[in-house]
Amino acid sequence: MSGQATRFDFDIAVIGAGPAGLAAAALAAGRGASVVLLDEQAEPGGQIYRAVTETPVRDRKVLGPDYWHGAELLGPLRDSGAVHWPGSVVWSVARPREDGPRKDGADGPRRIQIGLSRNGVAALLTVRHVIMATGALERPFPIPGWTLPGVLGAGAAQVLLKTSGLVPSGATVMAGSGPLLWLLAWQYLQAGARIDAILDTTPRENWRAALPLLPGFLRSPYLGKGMKLMLEVRRKLTVIGNVTGLRAQGDGVLKSVTYSRNGVEQRLPADTLLLHQGVVPNLNLANATGCAQRWDEVQRCWRPTTDDWGATSVEGVALAGDGAGIGGARAAEEAGRLAALDALHRLGRIDRTQRDEAAAPFRAALDRALTGRAFLDTLYRPAEPFRVPADDTIVCRCEEITAGAVREAVRLGCSGPNQAKSFLRCGMGPCQGRLCGPTVTEVIAAERGVSPAEVGYYRLRPPVKPITLAELAALPKTEADIDAVLKH
Amino acid sequence: MTATATGTGTPSRPDVIVIGGGLHGCSAALHLSMRGVRVLVLEKDHVARHASGVNAGGVRQLGRHVAELPLTVAAMALWHRIGELVDDDCGFESHGQVKVAETEAELATLHARVAELRALGFSHEEVVGRDELRSLVPAIADHCVGALVSRGDGAAIPFRTTFAFRCKAIALGARFQEGGAVTRLARRGGLWSVETADGARHEAPVVVNCAGAWADRIAAQVGEPVPLEVIAPMLMITARVPPFIKPVVGATGRTLSFKQFPNGTVLIGGGLLGRAVRDENRTELDFAQVSVNARTVWDLFPAMRGATIVRAWAGIEARMPDQIPVIGPSGTEPGLYHAFGFSAHGFQLGPIVGRITADLITGGATDLPIAAFRIGRFAGAAGTIAA
Repeated sequence: MSGQATRFDFDIAVIGAGPAGLAAAALAAGRGASVVLLDEQAEPGGQIYRAVTETPVRDRKVLGPDYWHGAELLGPLRDSGAVHWPGSVVWSVARPREDGPRKDGADGPRRIQIGLSRNGVAALLTVRHVIMATGALERPFPIPGWTLPGVLGAGAAQVLLKTSGLVPSGATVMAGSGPLLWLLAWQYLQAGARIDAILDTTPRENWRAALPLLPGFLRSPYLGKGMKLMLEVRRKLTVIGNVTGLRAQGDGVLKSVTYSRNGVEQRLPADTLLLHQGVVPNLNLANATGCAQRWDEVQRCWRPTTDDWGATSVEGVALAGDGAGIGGARAAEEAGRLAALDALHRLGRIDRTQRDEAAAPFRAALDRALTGRAFLDTLYRPAEPFRVPADDTIVCRCEEITAGAVREAVRLGCSGPNQAKSFLRCGMGPCQGRLCGPTVTEVIAAERGVSPAEVGYYRLRPPVKPITLAELAALPKTEADIDAVLKH
Repeated sequence: MTATATGTGTPSRPDVIVIGGGLHGCSAALHLSMRGVRVLVLEKDHVARHASGVNAGGVRQLGRHVAELPLTVAAMALWHRIGELVDDDCGFESHGQVKVAETEAELATLHARVAELRALGFSHEEVVGRDELRSLVPAIADHCVGALVSRGDGAAIPFRTTFAFRCKAIALGARFQEGGAVTRLARRGGLWSVETADGARHEAPVVVNCAGAWADRIAAQVGEPVPLEVIAPMLMITARVPPFIKPVVGATGRTLSFKQFPNGTVLIGGGLLGRAVRDENRTELDFAQVSVNARTVWDLFPAMRGATIVRAWAGIEARMPDQIPVIGPSGTEPGLYHAFGFSAHGFQLGPIVGRITADLITGGATDLPIAAFRIGRFAGAAGTIAA
């Protein structure tokens, strides 16, 4: 930690140390703003570059060059003077309205309050501007049996590979669709792990819808790398396409995977099933902060409403990277720089012209990074049965609520996810809807025969990450108390 | 939001329009429907969206304002057979409510309270000492010296309760129109004309104002402004912990409402306020105040110190300056009745106030004393102080 004086006095808080957050913090601090980078992990990198400074996977070809690019973001951060607080769990961001009572003393316009915990101690930190770089979450993949031990997300499995060098043992089946599934399969191949089969659930009709978008994708930087990786996986592994039904089975623990293909049901023994059908914005913090959001019909997810600079509907709160809509790591990096420039402008450190001129190369790079995105979004849009599951499938894992129970509540008058919380406690568990939100939205919309945009999304409540009563009770009340907590 | 209509009744002109689909509006609709009155409920969002759906669910006679005592006792009788009224037990469980004294001085105020109630003829509250407090609430901190107890009290599930009242009212013929706020209320030729934001216009000879934190706007339209304050009492809830407490617990010297649901989660509230932004249907929490509440629990329930807080929120509620509600006929217009301003303690009264309103509309009188709640008590007072 740098040599701050007794007061913790930051212009900008960047939340999340993935590509967007690393780039935003480095740029803003490099241009003279005081910046604190708050991140839950012990090391920077976010999920995409998770453990990039300390991964035990030393053979660089296993995780691939895109992963190691993350290391290049760390030097600029170090040189920028930004203060990095690893191990910081942000559980609330609030911007009391102008006419509300001041909570931050009376000096100047610092008025965004961040509730955070570090080392088991909570504190409220007040800053002038917030850039949320909260990244993406794996889209829920609700199938019968997905709560069995042995079934996990491909993203979670990839984190185990990056942080601990762990690969699955025993019979392993991967199922779903989307770039991450192919990337992980390729990484496992490089690591020598056993993969029994990949069950590709990409709907056949998606190709028809995506083909008109192919010209854009042909200019994508991802094209060459993606094709090479996919071809290698297809050459070396058993890939079963056009999979429609999927069921994890076992008695207390996963034993087999049943799938349907061309109307025929097949069964594979499995000790591990890795599911993946894309990622969605991790919008919990933005949602709980009151940022407006909209339904993205192409990506089939909610995303916070942002302008070209990532600014949200809440003044002084911006979003950068996948948390604002899925664009991938390279796009996130550029979006982080744009959000940082806009923050500097809003704080009066640069004027509009300086902001726009400095932004030009980043915006061009962002456009390049997003080239071909529509093709990927359309091709890998998950099939409806995997977004809107059958009645017997659990959708809310915390409260063990099935899709059938949600449909029954709709018939009783439940009109959206917020009412589902009241009817069923659906989404009221510790995950605050991370594992069920998109599914519940689509199940209710389908049952009512209306657009997901009409049924809405959970109004999420702080703390967006659980904190203990003891931490909350001991929340420091005075400036000196806050300093004492944050100094350590 | 598009307006949605629900109900089995004919779309013919209703006898009564109830404004507000909270517990009080649903209860009025139910009691009127039970008497064959045709009711239309107009709700600007959806039933139980605000205070009625997100309150702490306490069903409490304990510590009531003396003016509310006859109502709270009558309401309690309804709660104990709530299933007969609405065909659902509403999650109501009666394990008593306990108000803890942390010092001898606090205990003395509780003794004085019981003496006052006895003099008024009420016996539902009693003081218990150290030992009995521990048999009722084994987890209470060592320093607590006694408590005020109301054994017939308990708690219910707020949304479920309000929804049960709605469903039973619909079963008896009431209609509900949700998703359109009342924009205009006017009386012509003995009929009320009520316009909603979705462009609809409804007519009825009688209107009931159960609009909660928005009720002052309805009252102002008929020339009787009230000093209603919009408040946002904050609550928080923990992850599940093993069952350890049955009664609902409050404190004497500080603000607290503490109870464990059957599913193991613990609800912590007590009325510390966040900020309501009622025009946006939104509240803002004040974590410095939430922290005060957490500190109270830390002191009173040492076993809770490691519990995990998973969510905090606030409802939008209405409070009158004298802390008691407005119940009864309009002071300015015939055919208009009010029931609002329950100051964050209206949940328990819901079943009885609906009956009182139905009594007034169908019989012109009620057998419960409601003079203290007349809207006229604010006549001549300064205008609204609401946000």
